[in-house]
This record gives sequence, C-alpha cells and structure tokens, in this order.
Amino acid sequence: MEKIIKIPELSLVVLVGASGSGKSSFARKHFKETEILSSDYCRGLVSDDETNQACTKDAFDVLNYIAATRLRLGKLTVIDATSVKPEDRQRLVKLARDHYVLPVAIVLDVPWQLCHERNSQRSDRQFGPHVVMNHSKALRKGLGSLRKSEGFTNVHILRTMDEIEAVKIERQILWNNKKHEQGPFDILGDVHGCFEETQTLLKKLGYEITKTEDRYAVRHPQGRKLIFVGDLVDRGPKTPEVIRFVKQAIEDGQAFSVLGNHDDKLKRALMGRKVKIAHGLQESLDQLDQSGEAFKEEAKDFLGTLISHYVFDHGKLAVAHAGLKEKYIGRGAPRIKQFCMYGETTGESDEFGLPVRYPWAEDYRGETMIVYGHTPVSEAEWVNNTINIDTGCVFGGKLTALRYPEKELVSVPAQKAYADSIKPLETPKTQRSAYDLLDIADVIGKRIINTHLRKNITIREENAAAALEVMSRFAIDPRWLIYVPPTMSPTETTEKEGFLEHPEEAFHYFRQEGVKTVICEEKHMGSRVLIIVCKGAEAAKKRFHVTDGRSGVCYTRTGRPFFTDALLEQGFIARLQQAIEKAALWEKLESDWLLLDCELMPWSAKAQSLLQQQYAPVATAAEISLAAASTLLAQAAKQVPETAALQEDFKHRQDLAQRYRKAYQHYCWPVEALDDYALAPFHILAHENSLNMEKSHLWHMEILDQLCEQDTAFLRKTTSKIVTLADEAACAEAVHWWAHSTAEGGEGMVVKPLDFTVFGKKGLVQPGVKCRGLEYLRIIYGPDYTRAKNLDRLRKRGLGKKRSLAVREYALGYEALKHFVARAPLHKIHECVFAILALESEAVDPRL
Amino acid sequence: MLLTLTTTYVPATDIGFLLHKNPGALHSKTLPFGVAHVFYPEATEEKCTAALLLDIDPVGLVRKDKGAAFPLEHYVNDRPYVASSFLSVAINRVFGTLLSGKSKQRQDLVDKALPLEAVIYALPCQAGEALLQDLFVPLGYDITLCRSALDAAFPEWGQSPYYTVTLRKNCPLRELLIHLYVLMPVLDNKKHYFIGDAEVEKLLHYGEGWLKDHPKKEAIAYRSFRNLRSFSRMALDRLQEEEPLEDQAQQEEAEHHANAQEEALEQTLPQTLLAPPPPSLNAQRYQSVLAVLKDHQSRTVLDLGCGEGKLLRLLQKEKQFAKIAGCDVAMGSLAIAQDRLKPEQQSRGQPEILLFQSSLTYRDARFAGYDAISLIEVIEHVDEARLGALERVVFEHAKPPLVIVTTPNKDYNSVFETLPAVQFRHADHRFEWTRADFQNWAHPIAAERGYEVTFHPIGTEHETHGGASQMAVFVKTDCENTDIKTGEDGKNY
Repeated sequence: MEKIIKIPELSLVVLVGASGSGKSSFARKHFKETEILSSDYCRGLVSDDETNQACTKDAFDVLNYIAATRLRLGKLTVIDATSVKPEDRQRLVKLARDHYVLPVAIVLDVPWQLCHERNSQRSDRQFGPHVVMNHSKALRKGLGSLRKSEGFTNVHILRTMDEIEAVKIERQILWNNKKHEQGPFDILGDVHGCFEETQTLLKKLGYEITKTEDRYAVRHPQGRKLIFVGDLVDRGPKTPEVIRFVKQAIEDGQAFSVLGNHDDKLKRALMGRKVKIAHGLQESLDQLDQSGEAFKEEAKDFLGTLISHYVFDHGKLAVAHAGLKEKYIGRGAPRIKQFCMYGETTGESDEFGLPVRYPWAEDYRGETMIVYGHTPVSEAEWVNNTINIDTGCVFGGKLTALRYPEKELVSVPAQKAYADSIKPLETPKTQRSAYDLLDIADVIGKRIINTHLRKNITIREENAAAALEVMSRFAIDPRWLIYVPPTMSPTETTEKEGFLEHPEEAFHYFRQEGVKTVICEEKHMGSRVLIIVCKGAEAAKKRFHVTDGRSGVCYTRTGRPFFTDALLEQGFIARLQQAIEKAALWEKLESDWLLLDCELMPWSAKAQSLLQQQYAPVATAAEISLAAASTLLAQAAKQVPETAALQEDFKHRQDLAQRYRKAYQHYCWPVEALDDYALAPFHILAHENSLNMEKSHLWHMEILDQLCEQDTAFLRKTTSKIVTLADEAACAEAVHWWAHSTAEGGEGMVVKPLDFTVFGKKGLVQPGVKCRGLEYLRIIYGPDYTRAKNLDRLRKRGLGKKRSLAVREYALGYEALKHFVARAPLHKIHECVFAILALESEAVDPRL
Repeated sequence: MLLTLTTTYVPATDIGFLLHKNPGALHSKTLPFGVAHVFYPEATEEKCTAALLLDIDPVGLVRKDKGAAFPLEHYVNDRPYVASSFLSVAINRVFGTLLSGKSKQRQDLVDKALPLEAVIYALPCQAGEALLQDLFVPLGYDITLCRSALDAAFPEWGQSPYYTVTLRKNCPLRELLIHLYVLMPVLDNKKHYFIGDAEVEKLLHYGEGWLKDHPKKEAIAYRSFRNLRSFSRMALDRLQEEEPLEDQAQQEEAEHHANAQEEALEQTLPQTLLAPPPPSLNAQRYQSVLAVLKDHQSRTVLDLGCGEGKLLRLLQKEKQFAKIAGCDVAMGSLAIAQDRLKPEQQSRGQPEILLFQSSLTYRDARFAGYDAISLIEVIEHVDEARLGALERVVFEHAKPPLVIVTTPNKDYNSVFETLPAVQFRHADHRFEWTRADFQNWAHPIAAERGYEVTFHPIGTEHETHGGASQMAVFVKTDCENTDIKTGEDGKNY
C-alpha cells in the first residue's frame, strides 16, 4: 500500500536518520539529483574525501551556501545529512524561515543494527557500531521536540523498511499559487463596504450580474475574472452585501480576493478575539448583527479562507493588499503575511501623527507586476511595475479597477464620503517623485541586459563608468531621455575602382540576409537630433513626469541638450507643434506626443567649432602648402626634368584639396533665425501606445511627408526610393540616383529593410546601412583618400565590431522605447539608454 | 611640410655644398612617415633657393596604430600639410651632416655668416603673432608674417592659425636650421603624435648654447614635452561629439584654467590693510567645514563631489575621524585623489579612506550610514532641474545626522571687479545663488526632511553682500529611530 507524503512545492526537506539509515537512496528515489545536497558530497568537495569528519564545519558552510542560494531562487532543496541533533536541525529551520519557505522533516527511524550492517558492507564506512548507536540515541531523544517545538511545518516519521519502500512523495502547490490562472482580470481596489459603487464599476467593466433571492451570480461575456485587493469590509454602508457578493463570486470561480488588514481584524472580532474596535469596525459589526447569526457565521468562515497574496499568470502578476517585496512573491511566512496586510513603516511620523510608510515600491525591481491597495491615493500611478489602486472610495474618492493585461484604469466616483480620512488623500507626490530617482545600482558595474531583440548584451564596467560621467554631467533629464539612436555601419567595402563605398554592397548584404525589399533614403548631412514634441506643457508633464514646464526637448545622439539656448529649443518645438497641428497628426495618431528622429541642417549650426578648428584649417593648410610646392616644383622642373612627375603629383593633390574644401562647404550656411534651419525628420520612433520600429518605412515616410508639407520653409522632406532587390534594373536605377545626388554634394544614402526591424539568418539584420558619397568621404578619410595607393590600403577596414555594436545598440534603443510605450518604470528605460551610451564609448574606428 | 632656404651669398650655389645636395638634381629620402624631397627652384650664382618638401603619408601613419581607435581628428588633420615636428625630424635626417657642424672640405663655409632667408609655409601658431615675434626676434631675425584666412567663402570664420613666415638673418646656415628645428614644434604646440622620446631629447640637445638665454625658455621647454593622450581618457573622448577634440593636456589645462580663474578671481578680493592677508577663500572654506565636523564630533564623513580630494586631504590626518570617503562622477579626478591621498598608506589611528565613483542624481546605498555628508561647491554644477533628485538622494535616502552644503554667494559677485555682471564664476556653473536663493532652497528641505538649518558666510564678509561663499549646515532633529517596522502598529487605514 502506498504511503503518500505531501510536501509543499517550495520547501526545505530535511532528511533525518542515522548513518546507514538509507537517506541517500531515499533522496535519489524521490528527488531530482540537483535538488539533493548531501553533507558527504560537500565533504568531498572541500577535502577530496567524503568521509573526512575533520572538515565538517567547512563542508556545512558550503552546504548552507548552496541551500540558501537555491531557496532564494525558489528551488525545493533536500538536505541529506544525519541531522539527528536538535541543534543541527535548528540551523536548517532557520535557513528555511530566512527564505520564507516551509521546512519539512522526513525521519528514517530504522533499527541501528540495520544501519550498522549496511555501513559495514561499505568500504568507506568502516567505523564501529557505537557511531550509529549514538546517532540513533540522539535521534530518539529528540523526536519529541522535533514533532512539537522545532518549527517544522510537517514531520513524517518512517519506522520500517516496508514503510519507507511504500512512500510516494506528492508535491503540493502553495495556496497562493494561481499561476495557471492567466486572466484576463479586472482588479479592484479597496471596497470597504461600498457595494453600490462596486456594482456600478462592474457594470461599466461589462460584467453581467444577476441576483436570485440572496444569491449573486456574476460573469463576464469575455470570460474575465475579478480580483479584489482586500479590505472588503468596514467604514462603508454595506459590508455584509459586499461579503455576500464576493464570497459567491469566489465560490463560482469568477473571483479571487486577498486578505486586507480590515478583513483580518473583522474575522478575529467575529471569532470572539479581543480587538480594538476602531477604524470602522463597529459599523461592520452592527451591519452584520442585522444580517442574522447564520450569515455572521458564514462571513466569519469566508474571511477565514482568504490568504494574504496570490500569484497569477505564470508569475507575471501578484496581488496583495498593502504590497509585496520581490523576495516574498509566492512564499508564505508570518512576516510576509504581515507585510501583505500592513506594509512597512519607517518608524517616523508625519505631520498628522501617522506613521510614515516605507516606500518599498521605489526599491522594487521585479518582473512580476504587483497590484495593491491599502493606502488611499488620489490617483493610481505606476511605480516600478507596481500600482496602488486604492483611490479612497469610502472617503469620497473613487473606486478603481485595473484591467489586466491591458493595464487600463477604469473607475467610478464614490456616491458620497462614508468616512472621514485623517488626512487628505495622498496625491501621488511621493510616488511620482519615485520616477525622478534612479538607483546607481541599476547602471554601474558590469551589466548583462536581455532585450526582446537580442539576449545577453554585455556592458563593461569601464564603459559604464564613462557613461555615468557623461550622463550625470551633460545629459538631459533622464525622464526626457527615453531613447538614444544606435550607431550605423557603412556598407561593406567595395572593390569597385575609385570607390570605398557603393550601394551594390548594401544591396548584396540585404539580399544575403533574405531581405526582399529595401528603402533607400537620402542621407542628410547635418547634425542628428532627437526631438520629443508634446501637445503642450501639461501633456509633457503628464506623460514624461517632468517638472521643467517644457513641452518638448531636442537632444543629441549622446543625450546632451541640442541647443544651449532654451528659447531657441522651445521655438523649434513650437514650430513643430504648429506643423503637427496643421497635419492633424495628434488626432490621426491618437497621441499627444511624438518622438522624432531627425537631421538638422546646416551642419555648421552645431559643428561650427569643429569646422573652424579642424575641417577648414586642414583645407587651408593643404591649399597653402600644396600651391607653394606645386609652383616651386614647376620652377625646378625647368632645370631638373625629373622634378616634373613630382610636380604633376602635387598639382593633382592641390585639386583634391579644393574638392575637400567644397565637400564641407555644401553643409555650411549662416543661421540667424529659425527659417535658416532645415529640419529633416525621417522616423516617428514612437507615440502614445505605439512603438513604430516595427512599422514599414512607407508608413513613416507617408506621415512625415504630410508633416513636412505644412511648413516647407522649415521642414525638409527626405527623398527615398523603394527597391526590390531581385529587380536588377531597380537596383541600377538606385545606384544612379545615389551617384547623381552625391555628385551634387549630397552625403549619400541609407539603405534599410522596408519593414524596419527584420531578422535574418544570423539574428537581427542591420536596421540600416549607410552608403556615403565619393566626395563626402573626403571629409572623413582625408583629401587624398581617393588616390589609388591610399584607397588600396583604406579598403582593409574591418566592419565586424561596428556592425555588432549597431545591432546591440539598436536592440537596446528598441527596448527602451518599448518600455516607455508600455509605461514601464523609468529605471528600465534608463538602463537601456545608459547602456547605449556605454557601448558608444567602446573603441571603434570613427571613420566607419 | 615645406621650407625654403635662400641665400644671396656669392656664389649662392655654394649652399649646395653646405646641404650636401647638388642643385642640379632632385634628392629624395624615405623617412618613417613619408618621403623628404630636396630640390632647387632657383640656382644661380647670385641667388640660390633650396626647398625641403616633406611628403607625409597620412594613411601609412594611421595604419601603424592598428587596434587602437583614435578620435576622428587623428585621421584627418593638418599634419601632412603644416610645418610641424615632422618637418623638424626631416631637417635632422636630411641635413644631418650640416647640423653636426663638422665639414671635411668646407668648414669655413659652415661657420660663416651668410645672408639668409627662410620661408616656412603653413606654420601653425594658435598662440598668435606675438609668440612668433617673441621666439625669433630675440634670436636676431627679421621676421615677416602672412596669415591665411580660414575659408574665403566664410569670412566670418576669421583667420586660420597658419602663417607663412619669412625669416632673414646674416648667420651660419647651421644656426638657422637649428633654430627652426627646435622652434617649429614649439610653435605648433601639438603633441608629438608619432615621435618618440628620443626625438624630444634631441630637440633639447640642439638647444645648447642659446636656449638657456632665451627669454621664452620656459615656454619652449614646456611646449616641447607634450604627452600622448592617456588611454583612460579615450573612452570618454569618444562621447564627445561635434566638438573638436583636445588632447588630455589641453583638456586638463582648460579645467584647471576654469578652476584657476575662479581662484584668481577669489584672490582679487579687497584685503583690509590692517590685518595680515587672510588664507585663500578655498582654505577658509575647508577650514569652516572642518570646524563644523569637529563641533558635531562626526566620526565618519562622506564628501560628495570630492573632486581631487582637497577636503579629504585636510581630514586625512585628523584622528577624530574613523572613516572619510570621497565620491565623484569624474574618474579622472578620482584617480588624482587616489594618487594624492594614498589610502593604502594610512597608519593605525588615522581615518580609513574610501574613494568611489557615483553620481549625485542617482540614489546610492553606499551613501548611507555616515555621520556627515558634505557638498562643497558642488550643487552649482548640477542642473537646477536635477536638484530635486540630489535633494532626495541626500536628505531622503542617505539622511545623515549632519549635512554641510557650500555654494558661491551671488550677492558677492559685484565685489569681484573683474567679473562681468552676467557671468558665472566658473564655466561649468549651472547657476549661482544669492543668499536668499540659497535659503529658499534649504528651508523647505529642512522642514520636510526633519532637519534644522543654519547659514554661515565663508570668507571675509562684505558689509552688504555677505561672504564670498555661503554655507548651510543641516542638523537632523529626529534621528533616534529609523528602524523599519512591520505590523499593526504601522497601520492607520
């Protein structure tokens, strides 16, 4: 006959028994090899000898460390050591409690003679019978306390070989584990007896509610289920009705509820415990008195079934009344229950004499969304993937529901204030300010970041240090800095005579990656600028949580303010707002903000000092020296003919220097007023509820063309060509277009997969490859780069690192915006943006 | 890269003997960085001109530094076209025999003063005409300068740093060449990208006999010893954009310049005639902070924005302190602080020293647990919009019993006669506050975070404008119980 032993799915299983009692065989039979930690094995690990008793302390240090790590990570662990002495077990119980897992003891209490016989058959256990006898004696002596007072959740004692043979272990899921329930859900804030508001809200959410006699039936046509964050009772007018409704819904499998502190206290009052009657408890008791003794009993039993937190949807969602720390999720312990019901306080008091709550949510970094209530706030607001949805209905606020997974908030106002709050409802000031405070631990040191597009992006410590300096000293407010653009690789180096880069190479690359259609976009030569435009300052404040009163920002590719003059910046933003307004984009995109990726011309506006201190001087120096050399060589050639060849050479270089000068002059003109600038937007990277890096470039071009038409003096369209890569004629035409526009002074073009984010054979495909013009490259490679002897050597350039950086940075930028659009906590966005800056400080040939 | 030497000594073609280059031929010599050509545009008895043309191979130069990625400036720059240290090296390699001063056949000619004219094309001199004059006039040259515009299409861009320099003097050709050899790199004042230490030593060797008497000898020596940019600096440099890169020396110089300007400004303070001159404002500032720390018997101190560790050096030997820590965002400053403080050499009884990188606008668990935190002339380097974050980092999260903040007093700016009214004292200041501004910032923080704040002037007080700097001392009023509690006693709803 089977003997079933039930153990919680997350527990610390302590096997207790003398040497030779069969613990190891038992463990191997019932548990995974990796779940078992044996003291003998640890002795072997530290001393190469499993029987070495001299290293027992060290062996147990190792064992404890591994056990602690496993428990922290939520893994069931089995301890295979004799554990016959109470003090040995005490340590293990504490270990389990420290990690909020349940300790379970399984005792193998077999006769010592049997143990001794088994040991004597083993070459490594040649010790006298007294050892086993002592074990056995110690075990027997401690059995009483083991059962009663050592703190094990369950103790299973097996006395005979038959009994041991018959054991079958069943792992039981924890009460709080509702991981298989995937929703969709509607999660309701503290109800506090506000029955009418609950009904109104549920109807608004689309629930169908029927009542026959005193039975409620609730269902949602789309199969949605309800979750209550607790505090169903007290203060409000209809506590019994709320209990009746929620109880029925739970029994019908339509709802879940966690236990709030008020629910708990009412339960204890109903059980006849001595509790302080305050905070609306009296109202509940009075109301229940009128509902009859039978219902009172029902209510008591119902409240007794509520537990303090649930985990849903494979760990993606957890609900608790007052909140939940990451390390508590899915575990059970008195301390966790206390936290779930009350949260923590700092020990300080505020000006109303109320305890100051410890802002646990600011520290929260978990992947599990935490929904809670308990502290009434005027507006529900996200803090680090957590949200408090108690909007103080009973105090005259409103009753709020969070739709999951939509993350949509739905609320109905309270019909009246049923109770007075000691202090006004907290505006989420403390919560919002959590938004402006990042933690250094989220950015420094070596980091490995996983993104949706690419796993395991490593950021080296020294690069993070450089990024921290730039971020702190020069970058714009991190609340604005939701994205920085990735670097872009040039085409593979062409072997075509006279060229370093050529469109054919770009087409070849994308063809190889399986891309069918690309877009060739004109590459403007100015300065990269990222612009966030909001409909107004109020919209900016609401969406970006900024407090600077601006309605947008312009920043550079490394996150610095683009303009030193704030007025000029706001002029830019205003001009763009007008164009967006005229093009009716706010309405079309259903958004009151946009993130635009643009190039701002002229180059000289931003790069004035670079031009004056590097590009122009090189041209000047070249002109002076080459002209003089050419003249002097010509004079010498009259007498010494062999000088003539050298003179030809210098004459040619003089010409190249002039072309170099012309190359940069195309990108320079003086600017005084806004009209002197030309802004060319080429991506709408994101807007409300929409990350646009998955959308076809045609979508971007179409909307941006509409935008540019509104203000042709200021906005410049980006010309482009769609090329089907299988179509040779189309490719040739694109090459011609490139050659023509670059001969006219254009920088070149960018070739991108039409569908923006594309995966190929080796993962993420380059989101764009730049193909720069022959003359433009003179600025990059020097006036003489086109001379054959130079070009041959310059062709030996390696693109590997640049391309790898480009996709890693792209994946991080995509991730940052995905987080922002999903209203993820700021630190998640910032971590990605910071990582891009860190990668940008890696050493790579800047000419690429 | 181009230099001509002309003489009107008769027979002028004798210059060919001196240079060991026959005027009737083209002479080419391959050097590590290119090819040096010597030829004669004019060679008559009356007048003979030798030209040294250095054809630098920029691609070849760069290719030698495989693996390292330098800023773009490293690849496209004026080096191939200007008279720089390369030209100096070429002079040494091509006219080495003359420079040695020994000649078997024509020693008389070597030592003879000849009427000479040298033209140096595109000689870069950022420092301007004055330096050119100062270097060559004391050596007896008649100098003519022609400066080129940066870009004829953009006259508003102004002048280029390049001069075509004509020097005239009656002297031995060797002397002229040595002067050019030593002084061209000095004028250029760029680091010697591709030249090893050996070359620098040679420069000094050729200075013998005239350099020590030159009125500008310090400038010459200083400018001859510029170092390569350190690699640690490079990662940071790559995050510069659309700004010309300066080498480390220049950057440090700029930073020091800004700091020095501030200090110099502070030293223009009117001093009372009666008292002996007071210690510098900076010293007064640190003394004031130390006095407050002593008053409060702080045992552990964290200096946020410690820079190069000036305050920590003052605290370093004080036995009152068990631990002094410094934190800055600039790795470069921390490295200097590390060098100066030498934490590993603290002896028993002296405070433990800890230095680490962090930022004032990020919450940092390492800031917690100190008796005191100081922010000495730091907040004005943080954007005003980010002060909210700094405030929370210090007063909400670290919340030590004592916080000391100093910042310049804007009221006092009018006392500095040399400071224009609209200008800040330091180029990196994001704001400067009057005493009222400072108090308006500090009072609400103190009220909200449970501190009492007092204000103190630093530096000799002006009767209406106060001290040059100002200090706020925040003392926590309720620091007895900050343990976190869980449970029913914490409830109210």
